[in-house]
Amino acid sequence: MSDLLSTAFVTVFVATVIAQALPLMLASVGETIGEQAGVLNLGLEGVMLIGAYVAFVTTLTTGNFWFGMLAGAVGGVVANLAMLVLNVWLGLNQIVIGLAVTLIGEGITSVLYLQNYTKSPASLGSQPSMPIPGLSEIPVVGQAVFSQSGIFWVVILITLGLAFAMARTNWGLSTRSAGQKPSSLDAAGGSVMRTRSIAVVLNGALAGMGGAYLALLTTSTFSPMLTNGLGFIAIVITMLSRGRILIVMITSLVYGLAVAIGPALQVSGVSVPADIIKMLPFLIVIVMLIVFARSSVVPPALGAAYSRGAR
Amino acid sequence: MTTTTTSEVISLRGITKAFPGVVANDDISLDIVSGQVHCLLGENGAGKSTLISILAGMQQPDSGTVSIGGQPVDISSPKVAVDLGIGVVHQHSTLVPAFTVLENLMLGDSGVMRDTKRATQRLGELAELLGVEIDPHALTSDLGLGQQQQVEIAKAMWKGSRLLVLDEPTSMLTPQAIEHLGESIARVKAQGLAVVLITHKLREAYAMGDCVTVLRGGRNVGHIGVDELASYSEEQAQDAILAAMFGDDLAAAGSDAVDLAGAGEAQRETAALDLSSRPVRLQLSGVTSRGPGHDVETEDVTLTVRAGEILGIAGIDGHGQQALSEVVAGQRPAASGTVVFDGEDITRTGVRSRQQLGVRYVTDDRLHEGTVGSMSVALNLVIKRIGQAPFWKSGRIQSKAVDIEADRLIAEYGIRTPSPATRAGTLSGGNIQKILLARELTGGAKLVVVNKPTYGLDLKTVHLVRELLIDFAADGGSVLLLSTDLDELIELSHRIEVISRGRLVGGVTNDGPGTAEKVGHYMTGAIEGTD
Repeated sequence: MSDLLSTAFVTVFVATVIAQALPLMLASVGETIGEQAGVLNLGLEGVMLIGAYVAFVTTLTTGNFWFGMLAGAVGGVVANLAMLVLNVWLGLNQIVIGLAVTLIGEGITSVLYLQNYTKSPASLGSQPSMPIPGLSEIPVVGQAVFSQSGIFWVVILITLGLAFAMARTNWGLSTRSAGQKPSSLDAAGGSVMRTRSIAVVLNGALAGMGGAYLALLTTSTFSPMLTNGLGFIAIVITMLSRGRILIVMITSLVYGLAVAIGPALQVSGVSVPADIIKMLPFLIVIVMLIVFARSSVVPPALGAAYSRGAR
Repeated sequence: MTTTTTSEVISLRGITKAFPGVVANDDISLDIVSGQVHCLLGENGAGKSTLISILAGMQQPDSGTVSIGGQPVDISSPKVAVDLGIGVVHQHSTLVPAFTVLENLMLGDSGVMRDTKRATQRLGELAELLGVEIDPHALTSDLGLGQQQQVEIAKAMWKGSRLLVLDEPTSMLTPQAIEHLGESIARVKAQGLAVVLITHKLREAYAMGDCVTVLRGGRNVGHIGVDELASYSEEQAQDAILAAMFGDDLAAAGSDAVDLAGAGEAQRETAALDLSSRPVRLQLSGVTSRGPGHDVETEDVTLTVRAGEILGIAGIDGHGQQALSEVVAGQRPAASGTVVFDGEDITRTGVRSRQQLGVRYVTDDRLHEGTVGSMSVALNLVIKRIGQAPFWKSGRIQSKAVDIEADRLIAEYGIRTPSPATRAGTLSGGNIQKILLARELTGGAKLVVVNKPTYGLDLKTVHLVRELLIDFAADGGSVLLLSTDLDELIELSHRIEVISRGRLVGGVTNDGPGTAEKVGHYMTGAIEGTD
C-alpha cells in the first residue's frame, strides 16, 4: 500500500482526475447556461463528439493544439445550429431534436473516422505544459496542477468568467429570466429569442470544447463513441447543480475522481475486476442521483418554446 | 421625463384588432390625458386586455394609430413601449418568483454590469413616490400579493414613465390593499403621469377615475368626460355606465347587473339562516395534507360544513386552497387528521368511492384537470362515471345512454354547444364551466367543493354559476366555496373562513355589512403576522 502514497503516484493520480474532469466540466457549464435560458440540449453527446472529431482532425493536420480547441468550439456551435434554428426560432420539440443531434453526431463522427483513420490510427502526442513559475515547484500539486498546459488555464479562466457573468451581469440576469419566466423578460423589453440564441451558441461552443479537450488532452486521440455517455452525464450534473457553475466544477471533479480511482487501484496492486472499474463512474452518477435527485431544480420554463402572447 | 408640466395627450384612433373568429377591438378611439386617471370598464371579453396589449407593444393593431403629443408612434415591441415611457402592470404577474425584488427590477436594464447601487436608489425614489415600503432583497415569491403589485408598479415606472396602465389591479387584493393602491394612484397622478385603470367594478371606476370609457364587444360604447363625471352623483354615474355596459340587455339583467358590475358593496341578500340545527355534512379535524409538489399544504385545518350551508374560504391565491379542495375530494392524502362525511370517516377513502358517496369537486383548472378538450361534450359529462351503468355495460360504452344523459344535462344547464358530439375544447370558458357543474351537481351530489368557480367568466355566466350554487344549497346540498373574489364570497356564503399559508386564521359569520372589512382584516393580519 505504500506505493499508493508515493509522490509520483499521487501526482499522476491528481493529473488524471483533472484530465477526466475537464471535458465533463466544460460540457456541464455549457449545458448549465443553456438550461438556465430554458433550452434543454439532449444533443450534448453528439455536439461533444463533433467537437472532438473536428479538433482531432485540425490538430492532426496543423500540429497545433490551440487551433484544435478553437476548431472544436466552432464545430460545437455549428452542430448546435440545429438546436438554435429548430428549437429556439421555430419552437419545435427540444427532446426530439436533441436526441436527433446526438444520433447524428455519433453517426457522422464514427463514419468519418472509420473512413479516414482506421488504417493508420493516429495519436496526437502531448501538448507542451506551461508550468506556472514558483507554484509549480510545490511538491505533488506543483506537478499535477500547476504544470498543466496553457489550454487548461484558459478553460479554467473561461469557466470562472462565465460563473461571474451569470451572477453579476445584466446578461446573466436576462439569461436566467429566459428560463424562469420568458414572458417577464419580454415584458421588460428584453428579447427572449436573442437571449436564448446566445445561450445556445455558448452551449455549443463549450460542449465542442469539452469534446476537443477530451480528444486532444485527455486521450490524445479520437475513436468512435469517444465520449461514451459523457454528454448525458453532463446533463445530469447540470440538473443536480441547480444552475450554479461553481457546483458544476466541483461535481465534475468528483466524477474525475471516480474515473481515476480505478486505474490507480490496479497500479497499486489491489485486484479489482476491470468490469467494476468501468462501471465506477456510472455508479457514482447513480449514487449522486439517488442522494441528490430530490433536490434537483430545473428552471420552470425549461424545454418550453416561447411565443409572445401565448399562455 | 418623469413629470410633464403641460398636459400631454396619448391618442388612440380607430384601433382595430381581429383574432380568428372574434374582433377584439373594433374601431376604438380614445384620448389619455396626463394627470388624469382614465378608467376602462367592460366585461370579460370586451376587448380591454387586447387594447392594453397593443399599448404595451405585445400585439400590433390591424389598423389604427397611436400618437403621443401629436406625434404618431409605432409600438412594435415591448421594448419600444418601455422606451416611450409606457409602463404596464399586467393582470397576470410578470415578476419572476425566484428572483429578488431588485433582480426583477433590474431585468431589462442596459449596460454590462448590474448596477445594484443605482437600482436600490431608484427603488427608494419610487417607493417614496408610491408611499410604500419594499425590501429590495426579499424574494418575490415571499411577498404578499399587494406587495408584489407594488413591485410591479415600481417596475412599470422604472425607466421614468409618462403612462401607467393597471390591468384589473384590484381583483385579488384585500379591501385594505385596495385603499393603499388608491393612494398610490393618486400620488402618481399628482406627479403628472397619465394613468389607465382597467376594472369591471363600477364603484372603483367612480372612486378612482377622473373619466370613464366603457367597452362592449370590442367597441367604445360610451365615454364620460372629466367635467361630466365630476358633476354626477355616484348614482347618476352608475346609471350612465350601466346603460353603456349592458345596452339593451339592461332591462333584462335588471338589478342583478348592478350587483355583478360591482356597483355597490356586495351583500348577502337572504337573511342569515340558523344552520346550527342542521346535520353536519363535512367535518375536517386537524387535517394536514401531504402533496407531491411544492404546493402550499393545509396545516391542521378544522372546519365544519352543514347541510344546506355554503362555507366560503377566502384567501390570496396559492395559500393552500388547492390542497384543501383536493384533500376533501380525495385526490391528495391527509398526513394527519380526519375527514368525516355524513358521520362516516372517509380519510382513507379513494376518489371514486367519495364521488359515489356524494362528494364532488369542481376544479379551478377547468381546461386541463376538469375536461378533456379533445373529447366530446357528451363524454366529458359522464367521464367521472367511467365503467358505471347505465353508461357502460360489461366494459363497453353505451352511446345511447350517454347521449340521452348528455342531452338532458345540456338542456338543463343551458350549455351552448353545436351538438353533444362537439369537442369540449372548442367551447367557450363559460360553457366548459357549465359542463363541469352539470357533471358534479347531478347524480346524488351532497357536497360540492368549488374552487374559483367564476374566474375569467363573462358576467352572465358568473351570474348563472352563482345561482346554481345558491339553488344547490337551498335544496339541502353543501358547498365548500374557495374563491379569491371577496365580493363573490360575501354574496354566496353563510360563513367565511380565511386561509393563509395553509392554515385557517379566522372565521366570520356573513350577517351584514362590514363582513368584507372583517375578512380583509384577517387576511392582512395573517400576512403581517407571519412575516
